Amino acid sequence: MLKEIYSRKYLQFGLGLGFGFLFGFLLQKGRVCYYDVILGQLLLEDFTVLKVMLTATVTGMIGVYAMRSAGWVTLHKKAGSIGTSIPGPLIFGIGFATLGYCPGTAVGAVGHGALDALIGGVLGIMIGAGLYAALYPKLKQRVLNVGSFGDKTLIDILPVRNPWVVIVPVAILIVAFLVVLEMVGF
Amino acid sequence: MKEILSDASWSPYLVGIGIGIVSWLAFLFSNHPLGVSTAFAKTAGMIEKRFRGPQVAEKPYYRENKPAVDWEWMLVLGLLLGALTAAWLSGTIRWEWVPPMWAAKFGTNAALRLGVAVFGGICVGFGARWGCGCTSGHGISGTLQLVLSSWLAVICFFVGGVATAFLLYRAI
Repeated sequence: MLKEIYSRKYLQFGLGLGFGFLFGFLLQKGRVCYYDVILGQLLLEDFTVLKVMLTATVTGMIGVYAMRSAGWVTLHKKAGSIGTSIPGPLIFGIGFATLGYCPGTAVGAVGHGALDALIGGVLGIMIGAGLYAALYPKLKQRVLNVGSFGDKTLIDILPVRNPWVVIVPVAILIVAFLVVLEMVGF
Repeated sequence: MKEILSDASWSPYLVGIGIGIVSWLAFLFSNHPLGVSTAFAKTAGMIEKRFRGPQVAEKPYYRENKPAVDWEWMLVLGLLLGALTAAWLSGTIRWEWVPPMWAAKFGTNAALRLGVAVFGGICVGFGARWGCGCTSGHGISGTLQLVLSSWLAVICFFVGGVATAFLLYRAI
């Protein structure tokens, strides 16, 4: 039944629109679409962004792995390499702090009228993505495959059979980190 | 209910749980993780195609990432509508060129703010595509699957971001 749903193009467009609506609604209500909140996080003064991300990670992890154990979903993992997963994200970080939004929150910020998010964010990110497409063949040849380590998960590299032996401790660690954050006053 | 919908500031934990549940739904009903930055690359490709002709789609990057409207593109459109609706319900929609924190440090000159924002946006777009994902694709969807490349990418987002933010706000 699910395969049938996946194959219906316009139904999927509608679902994408609906899931995006919920995602954007939540990002806006969580105030993470505000420049001040994101910079507050990067200056380590306001931990709203990390609280949202880590809570979403724990919730998502438990549900997605439970559905995977039941055979309902497949994972969608991205392969990485030293030449991909370090320089690109560091450049992203420089942009994250100077723009003050990430791609999703820039789009969300347009929703409350932030014009720097519209021009710097939506337009700038498209220009950056277009530039990357132009340089892609050269980077692919020289940099991207350096130190390739594939799409392994934390579960794959540990000597365990049962994924929950990893998932449960990771969930506990993240929740403990959030509790400590609250206790020290963030 | 009405008060909750008009409240402009929900608990970050509630919001995080909500986003986690949206990602369950996306995996289950669409066989897709949440992700945003690919849609920007595809839109860039669609615009370039409009101006420079169909051969743009033959570029190696666009052969691997077809410049067309797809599920993720609809997700980003929905994200805009959802964020707009949330801000409208809480009465927080305001046209603003310069955010308050920027204004307090660097003044209210909109051209300066926009110049830096465009530079930042270019870095975000370039870096997100180089790293194969952003704070959604790696930061939520990748980390929740415990993928190592995503955890490494997220750490680098924050290393680059924190260092740059301190340079901007503490060193100048």
